[in-house]
Amino acid sequence: MSDDSRRLKPVDVVVVGGGWAGSIMAKEMTEAGRTVVMLERGPDRSTAGEGAYPASIDELEGNFRYKLFQDLSKNTVTIRNNASQTALPYRRMAAFLPGEGVGGAGLHWSGVHFRMPPDDLRLRSRVIEKYGAKFIPEGMNLQDYGVTYEELEPFFDKAEKVFGTSGEAYKVNGQVVGQGNVFAPSRSDHFPLPPLKDVYTAHLFRKAAEEVGFHPYSLPAANASQQYTNPYGVQMGPCNFCGYCSGYACYMYSKASPNVNILPVLRRHPLFELRANCHVLRVERDSTGTRATGVTYTDADGKVVTQPAEMVILTAFQFHNVRLMLLSGIGKPYDPVRNEGVVGRNFVYQNVTTSVVWLDPKVETNQYIGAGGGGVAFDDFNSENFDHGPLGFVGGSPVWVNQAGVKAIAAAHSGGPPGTPRWGSAWKAGMIDTYRHSLRIDAHGANMAYRDVYLDLDPTWKDAYGQPLLRMTFDWKDNDIRMNRYVVDKIGNVAKAMGARNVHLTRREFGKPFDTRQYQTTHLGGGAVMGTDPQTSALNRYMQSWDVHNVFVIGANAFPQGTGYNPTGMVAALAYWAAHHIRTTYLAHPGPLAG
Amino acid sequence: MVSGGRQFLGINGSGFISSRRRFMQGLAGVAACGTVSASGTWAAAPPKAYTPVFFNAAEWNFLLAACDRLIPADANGPGALALDVPRFIDQQMTTPYAQGAQWYMAAPFVQGPDNLGYQLPYPPCDLYRHGIAGMNAHAATRHARPFAALAPDVQDDLLRAAEGGKLVFGDVPSAAFFDQLLANVMEGAFSDPIHGGNTGLGGWAMLGFPGARADFMDWVDRYGAHYPLGSVSITGETA
Ligand SMILES: Cc1cc2nc3c(=O)[nH]c(=O)nc-3n(C[C@H](O)[C@H](O)[C@H](O)COP(=O)(O)OP(=O)(O)OC[C@H]3O[C@@H](n4cnc5c(N)ncnc54)[C@H](O)[C@@H]3O)c2cc1C
Ligand code: SF4
Repeated sequence: MSDDSRRLKPVDVVVVGGGWAGSIMAKEMTEAGRTVVMLERGPDRSTAGEGAYPASIDELEGNFRYKLFQDLSKNTVTIRNNASQTALPYRRMAAFLPGEGVGGAGLHWSGVHFRMPPDDLRLRSRVIEKYGAKFIPEGMNLQDYGVTYEELEPFFDKAEKVFGTSGEAYKVNGQVVGQGNVFAPSRSDHFPLPPLKDVYTAHLFRKAAEEVGFHPYSLPAANASQQYTNPYGVQMGPCNFCGYCSGYACYMYSKASPNVNILPVLRRHPLFELRANCHVLRVERDSTGTRATGVTYTDADGKVVTQPAEMVILTAFQFHNVRLMLLSGIGKPYDPVRNEGVVGRNFVYQNVTTSVVWLDPKVETNQYIGAGGGGVAFDDFNSENFDHGPLGFVGGSPVWVNQAGVKAIAAAHSGGPPGTPRWGSAWKAGMIDTYRHSLRIDAHGANMAYRDVYLDLDPTWKDAYGQPLLRMTFDWKDNDIRMNRYVVDKIGNVAKAMGARNVHLTRREFGKPFDTRQYQTTHLGGGAVMGTDPQTSALNRYMQSWDVHNVFVIGANAFPQGTGYNPTGMVAALAYWAAHHIRTTYLAHPGPLAG
Repeated sequence: MVSGGRQFLGINGSGFISSRRRFMQGLAGVAACGTVSASGTWAAAPPKAYTPVFFNAAEWNFLLAACDRLIPADANGPGALALDVPRFIDQQMTTPYAQGAQWYMAAPFVQGPDNLGYQLPYPPCDLYRHGIAGMNAHAATRHARPFAALAPDVQDDLLRAAEGGKLVFGDVPSAAFFDQLLANVMEGAFSDPIHGGNTGLGGWAMLGFPGARADFMDWVDRYGAHYPLGSVSITGETA
């Protein structure tokens, strides 16, 4: 195909995908004086267009017709619970909602903005230190990232400043400075903005959690609590808790997005070119197979075009990155039977369940008020903050009220308490009562990596360009179910302290398989992980392919296992970390950064 | 590197703020109101004259009857008919969504366990065609009348049978049709009236959902208090 395709003038860097990771990498590479072409399969998007008030405040279009999300009719994945099943296409949006178009999922994400806990970055080492190697269950691929919190700290800090993140620190430079998360590691600086106000339900949760003896803190939110100008000179307005973060572009320019925080500067840079509606088919390699020569893509007119480049940076989102590596022959594909290969290995998700608490009917919980990243959490059962020894499971879960704004269609779908019919007068009564007087509490748990949970190419179904779909083999495992059930029990105590009239604790059930029909999160991870051992990682600790040194792969694909937190703060920090090493070392001496 | 400066303002100067302000003017607190009868029950107002574009007469009769059962008018607020949910669904059937434009519809279609999701070759419009014909056929076989002519409790029994997957319409499991119908009914009752349903913002008013108001800067820390402003739609209609 590429022989008779159009060949364009070579550039220094091709960036595949225009989300957070792509925008950060493109910004950094132009700052380093390199010519950059960003290829984005979806349309060009801006907050001025997609976020215009009041047309954007449309729940049907945003959350039910998925206006800003991936066009599944062209490309999707297949899913099965285990290798003995036939994986079937994910035909309708449900469990996870990948982004598409300039800004990626960063245009319509919520904004919870975390740093990775230090213990999670070296989870294998930490678990062995604390509990011994035998503590790790058979079949669990527990690994370290190969990079420490201390190394990443400047890049977490940089990402927060670019995003304009609101939050309260606990420790800055080793000194206790505020009411932040007592389990959080020391920071080099405060959050750029003070925390968002607590909505009522978060306020009640904070009080109750304190009463029970936990350590609540304000969720770090990339939703600006005040007017803010970021280091690139871009301005954000103060968030008004409109409740239309998740699934929408923020009309107040308060939620951080590539479109608001980076692209306005990048678009004007003379070394930068954005090409929207360009779907990358594969990375091209030279005859040795060890060097990328550029990428081949289908442009807006359906023409197949090759863009030569000195360096290719994949920032197409976690599973699209993995698929592009498989389609391009970059790295050895994972074989679960032989337990060899790395591309597709350690695929993970977010182990989240949502419990519901009903308060006195006199109390209005006003669930439509909220910001995507706002809320109150406690970390007493996250990461290695508690003793797993007697519990016998690996991993943990933050617990929080993150009232991002519940809207009317969603309320109608969630209905009343369990046991209420889904329609008719009983549904109506239960649904209205639930909407007005309840609140939701999430256990946002980690999901560990397992030998038989992985990604590969589907043998049957193809995308609109004739390329095989990615196949997910995924199910929940006992370790993760036990962790969820342990943490959800703690929610019961908090609900009691809140004076709950009724509580529905949602626990993961043993033997109940992963259900693709229910929205969970879009926090997919792993599949092309970073590390220090090429036998168990596809990328070195600088996000560089072990096999093709001029390919860097940035995204949550790099996480060796899941974490209790949302991924994007870590993805952004890893982008700045990789960019730093490209700028300070790789550009002058192209070659493997780790040996 | 280009840096700094107000030329990169996220907020487009004062024009943005003032246009929103202009829009929000005159939207202040009109309390929810509607046609509550003496007994406190909402009248099952007949839908306004509307000629369906997609549904034929028999299908339309089914849709009216089924909507009336799925969201009946009662003490808690208006029903699906007063909210023009059937009109909403008919209008949706003329959008690309109804043709499955947003679904991955490539063959082969292999049926599998429920938890792996929808695997039928039918987009929403086909589910309606097959499903309504199937429901009417079941009604005819069991009760010698079309669905719309049955008593409400008999209709409910048939709807529950469909919901529970107990009926089969050719190769369409009844639950697939029912789920499609119920999802669209909820959308029609609770989406912005710009899409043809939620007439008079009645769905939002009964929930206490302010709609497109989208600004709670002054209300976020008024804990436990009832929000005083009514709902507003994208076009500025209030309730
Ligand atoms: C509703 C929602 C809420 C979320 N909330 C949070 C939150 O609160 N906190 C948090 O941390 N995370 C959240 N996330 C996750 C967050 O959005 C992602 O982690 C983040 O956007 C990932 O950034 P990325 O740059 O890796 O990928 P993306 O933002 O997905 O960008 C990748 C881009 O690559 C493009 N692309 C893919 N394949 C190709 C190809 N072949 N050719 C060309 N272009 C291609 C895509 O179209 C896309 O635009 C949320 C996600 C969703 C959907
Ligand atoms: S809640 Fe705040 S950050 Fe989110 S969309 Fe509304 S104004 Fe923007």
